Amino acid sequence: MSKPFLSIEQLTQRYPDGQGGEFTVFENATFGIEKGEFVCILGHSGCGKSTIMNILAGLSEPTSGVVKMDGQHVSGPSLDRGVVFQNYSLLPWLSALKNVTFGVAARFPDWDKAKVVEHSTAFLAKVGLTGDTIHRKPSQLSGGMRQRVSIARAFANEPKLLLLDEPFGALDALTRGTIQEELIKVWKDTDQTVFMITHDIDEAILLADRILLMTNGPLAQVAENVEITIPRPRVRNDIVEHPNYYAIRNHLVHFLAKRSAELSGKSSDRNSPATVRFDLTGETATEDPETAPLLRAVQA
Amino acid sequence: MGTLSENKKAALLSVMLLIVGFLVWELSIPAQKAVGELTEYELLTGGGQPKAGVPPPSQVLGKAWEQLSNPFYDAGPNDKGIGIQIGYSIYRVLTGYLLAALVALPLGFVIGMSSVAYKALNPFIQVLRPISPLAWMPLALFVIQDSEASAIFVIFICSIWPMLINTAFGVAGVREDWVNVARTHELGAIRTAFTVILPAAAPTIVTGMRISIGIAWLVIVAAEMLVGGTGIGYYVWNEWNNLDLTSVIFSILVIGIVGMLLDSMFGLLQRAVAFSE
Ligand SMILES: Nc1ncnc2c1ncn2[C@@H]1O[C@H](COP(=O)(O)OP(=O)(O)OP(=O)(O)O)[C@@H](O)[C@H]1O
Ligand SMILES: [Mg+2]
Repeated sequence: MSKPFLSIEQLTQRYPDGQGGEFTVFENATFGIEKGEFVCILGHSGCGKSTIMNILAGLSEPTSGVVKMDGQHVSGPSLDRGVVFQNYSLLPWLSALKNVTFGVAARFPDWDKAKVVEHSTAFLAKVGLTGDTIHRKPSQLSGGMRQRVSIARAFANEPKLLLLDEPFGALDALTRGTIQEELIKVWKDTDQTVFMITHDIDEAILLADRILLMTNGPLAQVAENVEITIPRPRVRNDIVEHPNYYAIRNHLVHFLAKRSAELSGKSSDRNSPATVRFDLTGETATEDPETAPLLRAVQA
Repeated sequence: MGTLSENKKAALLSVMLLIVGFLVWELSIPAQKAVGELTEYELLTGGGQPKAGVPPPSQVLGKAWEQLSNPFYDAGPNDKGIGIQIGYSIYRVLTGYLLAALVALPLGFVIGMSSVAYKALNPFIQVLRPISPLAWMPLALFVIQDSEASAIFVIFICSIWPMLINTAFGVAGVREDWVNVARTHELGAIRTAFTVILPAAAPTIVTGMRISIGIAWLVIVAAEMLVGGTGIGYYVWNEWNNLDLTSVIFSILVIGIVGMLLDSMFGLLQRAVAFSE
């Protein structure tokens, strides 16, 4: 089997625990992401999702393990990997527009100023920011607006890999829906690969090809790899009708509510997360979702 | 009265305080006695000289009018207009200050970025900083052998510390998130310094620059009293030797006003670089 586009091998992160010892955030995380895939990662607060993302972004070095993109070692950040940070990380002395042109000008150094502004304005419009708003400083924007500027900055750079750390956390349901659609559109139109952290199970099911599940920290594991067997295009209100929807959803809820804690701290010998795949499309429609987990096929 | 804005009320109160102050000052000074009424003792102690007492404000205002209506006259080494004297002082302050900025800002950047540089230089800074700038004066005069350059050196040495320390502090305190933004956009060291670190640290740096210019203006008066020749400090000292207290009080006021103007320039700069998160 050929190497995936992005491969994460035996990633381990330890930090000093502040009392002279050290604690392990996660251990031996190993998984791959194919080119063009949309992968979400779910796990409880503090299990190390942001830490993994910082390593993928090249912003920090893991204690051990390697990340390879296109066969190349990831060492240090790159314009090929765009990041939407959990806390937006906008530059507060620049207007919303300038925050985006800042990135675009770095990405496309030979564009002239007019083109940079045009490109940036277009991406701000895609996330619903137009008019005077884009000339305001981040401190004069709402939390959701800041988040959208941050998303526009990352999208406008058209990186090969988009790393999103809870990009929709501060948005109301309506805006969230619009921007999720926009994200899917941008993702489909380009050959971008997306790795996204979220706390929202429904969002993950709507967007992802696969969902990685992490157990609780410390000593967290990437325990499972759940395939979302719902065909695209997915429409929020329609996917709930799909026979696989509740099976997947219940599995995820069950994992986060119970198994993430039960499995926590147990080191497993397997190298990569167990793949879980539900496909009830051949079954009768009266299938009780509660029994669905029994039907899951676990592959090594 | 109730319709006046807060600013107008404050301005009105300021003007009233000024007038009352002047009145009290004017009335508290006894009228000069005619020479014929003086006792022999008073004549011997100099009481008869017209300018020996503290002058009333009316006299100071008269002096101000006289000086400001012809600020740039030059009638020999000991008789120059107030504009020329202030000009010399500002020239010395700005020269010393700019030289200090040229050293302090880059060095502060280095200290702020590298903890090794910080640890290596910190002991020197801690020892040199508390030295009164005037303590350098004899050494400067001896080494430089030029009173003009010595005064500038003293300004240099007193304005360097707040700028250096605030620059280092501001640069070291730049949020890591913002540096990470620069890193994910593959900005080089120079571009990161100018497009991210400088604007992020600018409010702290400008605060240091503002403190420095204030100190430099304080020190120049004392330095010029020592080196003599020209400048507002020398002017004050010279008028004291002439027992011209009216001129002394007038120049004290001018020193205050120029200092305020210098400070408010940096106030404007501070507002220009400020940002809120
Ligand atoms: N620089 C650091 N030094 C020490 N410990 C750290 C550091 N960064 C993160 N940690 C610890 O690593 C663990 C994982 O942090 P991380 O930010 O990755 O969590 P997360 O999964 O993103 O959580 P959330 O969902 O709340 O954002 C936490 O226990 C945190 O305290
Ligand atoms: Mg996080």
